[in-house]
Amino acid sequence: MSSLSATLSDSVVITKRNLIKVRRVPDLIVFATLSPIMFVVLFRYVFGGAIGGLPPGISYAEFLLPGIFAQTVVFGSTITGASIADDLQKGLIDRFRSLPMSRSAVLIGRTVADAGLNVISIAVMALTGLLVGWRIRSSFGEALAGFLVLLAFAYAVSWLMAMVGLLVRTPEVVQNASFIVIFPLTFVANTFVPLETFPSALRVFAEWNPVSAVTLASRELFGNVPPGYPVPDAWSLQNPVLYTLIWTAVILAVFVPLSVRLYQRTATR
Amino acid sequence: MTDAILVEGLQKSFGSNTALAGVDLTVPEGSVLGLLGPNGAGKTTVVRILTTLLQPDGGRAEVAGVDVVHEPDRVRSLIGLTGQYAAVDEYLTGFENLEMVGRLYRLGKRESRDRATELLERFDLTDAATRPAKTYSGGMRRRLDIAASLIARPQVLFLDEPTTGLDPRSRLGMWEFIADLAGGGTTILLTTQYLEEADRLADRMVVIDRGRVIARGTADELKAQVGGQRLEFTVTDAAVLPAMVERLRPLAVDAPHVDEQARRLSIPVSGGAEVLADALHRLDGHTAAVFDVGLRRPDLDDVFLALTGHATEESPGADEVPAEPVPTGGVR
Repeated sequence: MSSLSATLSDSVVITKRNLIKVRRVPDLIVFATLSPIMFVVLFRYVFGGAIGGLPPGISYAEFLLPGIFAQTVVFGSTITGASIADDLQKGLIDRFRSLPMSRSAVLIGRTVADAGLNVISIAVMALTGLLVGWRIRSSFGEALAGFLVLLAFAYAVSWLMAMVGLLVRTPEVVQNASFIVIFPLTFVANTFVPLETFPSALRVFAEWNPVSAVTLASRELFGNVPPGYPVPDAWSLQNPVLYTLIWTAVILAVFVPLSVRLYQRTATR
Repeated sequence: MTDAILVEGLQKSFGSNTALAGVDLTVPEGSVLGLLGPNGAGKTTVVRILTTLLQPDGGRAEVAGVDVVHEPDRVRSLIGLTGQYAAVDEYLTGFENLEMVGRLYRLGKRESRDRATELLERFDLTDAATRPAKTYSGGMRRRLDIAASLIARPQVLFLDEPTTGLDPRSRLGMWEFIADLAGGGTTILLTTQYLEEADRLADRMVVIDRGRVIARGTADELKAQVGGQRLEFTVTDAAVLPAMVERLRPLAVDAPHVDEQARRLSIPVSGGAEVLADALHRLDGHTAAVFDVGLRRPDLDDVFLALTGHATEESPGADEVPAEPVPTGGVR
C-alpha cells in the first residue's frame, strides 16, 4: 500500500472510531448543540434590543448569527485538544504508536471527526437562527462558501488545539486553558456588537482578530451585510475571506507538521 | 535457538535521571522472559524502547532480528503490546475495538472481523462483544487489551504488568491465558512486580533495579543463590522468643533471625518435614504462645530482598489506578 493511501485508510478508521463516540455519548452532541441554541436565543432576545449601531436595514438576528457560528465552531475545535489529551491519558496513543499505522492518521482522524461535529452544530444553529429571524440573502453557492469558510478556519484551529492537547495532557486543563484564550478572542471581535462602539486600542485588536474576519466573511457570504455598507478601513476587514484563508493556511502550515512531530514523540508518562 | 529479543548495553536518561544504565538481555524464540523489579527500576522503559515508543540514548535493541531504532515500522508489524493501562477505547464495543486494531495492522476488513470474533471467543468475551468496553470489569478490559495486541499474530508479545490492579481471581484467569499463549509458541516479555507471577509464567528471569540488571536465570537458579529452607515461627508474645531460640539453636545451620516487632523467628535449617517435627518436639511445653509455624522454601521475595537489600514494593505506583486492592504475598 502506498503511504498516501495507507494514511487515508488509517484516517478513515480513526475518524469512524471518533464518530462512534459521538453517537454513544449523547452528552457530547447535547453540549455541541444546546449551548449554541442557548446563545442564539439569549443574545437575540436579551441583548438584541439594546445593541445599537447596526447597519440600517439589518435585524440583530441577521447580524448575530454569523458571529455565533464563528464563536461556536472555534469553541468546538477545542474538543480536539481535550480528546487527544484523553487518549493520551488512557494509553490509547501508546497503543496507536505501537501499531504499524500511519504517523499522522490519529490526528487527521481526530480533526476530521471534530469538523463533523462542527457541521452538526452549525446545522442546528442555522435552523434555530431561521426560527428567530435570521435569513440567508445570497445565492446557494455563496451561502455554502460562507459555511465552508467557517468550517475551514475551525479545522485549522483544531490542529492548533491538537498540539495543545499533546502538550498539556489533561483534558480538563486543555478545556479550561483554551477557554481563557478563546473566550476573549471570540468576544473582542465583531461577533456580537459592531466594532464602532469599541474603545480604540481594543478596536485595532478586534479588526485584526481573525475571528472578526471569519465572522465578516460569512456575514458577507450569507448576504447579512447590506450592499454599500462601509466596513472598517483595516485591510483584514476589507478582504475578510482572503484574510481568513491566509490565517487558515498559516495555522495549518505551522501546526500540522508540529503536531505530527510531537505525536511521534509523545508517550504516556 | 535464535533470539527473538536482543538488548545490548541499553541506556536511557530522562533529564538527570538515569532510567537505564546499560541493560543486556536476550529472549530466545518461543520462550517467556520475566523482567522483574520494583517501581521505577526501568522495566517499562525497556518495554517502551523495544516497542518503538521511546528512543534509547545508547546501546542496541533488536526484535525478531530487526533494529528498533532503524526500522521501527517493521518492528511494529511484528509485535503486540499490552501496556500498564488497558488501552481500549471505552466507547467502542469489544468487537469494534479489535476490528479497529486489526484494520490498523492492515489486516483488511474481512480478516480483521474474523480475527476479532475468534479472539473474543478465546478470551471469553463473546457475550460482551457488542457492549461498549466502558461496561467491562477490570479483568475483561485487560483481556480485551491482550486480545487487541494479538490480532495480527505477533511474533513477539510485550506484556507490561498485565495483572497490576486486578483482583486475585482475575489475576489467576489472566495467568492461564498467558500460559496458554506461551504454550502456543509466542515469545513473551513480561514485566511484573509480582514475583509469584514471574515464578508461574516465566522460563527465565532478569531482575533489574535502578536501571541495572542485578540477577538473571531460572527461578530455581535465583532461589539457589539465596540458600535453603528455614523454619518460621510467629508468636503472640515476643517475650518467649529468646527461650525459643535457645531450644531450637541445635537445629540451625546458620544464625537465627529474630524480628521482635513482627514477633517472628526465622531459623535456617536443612532437611525436610522431620526438622519441623523435631522442632515442635524441642519446644514441648512452650508452644502456647506459638501462633503460626511453618517450613519455608525461599521464594522470589527472599531473592529480591537478598539481591537488593530492600523488599519489592507491592504498592502500585502513582500512575496506576488499581480498581481493587492489590493482594500482597500470595500462596506459599
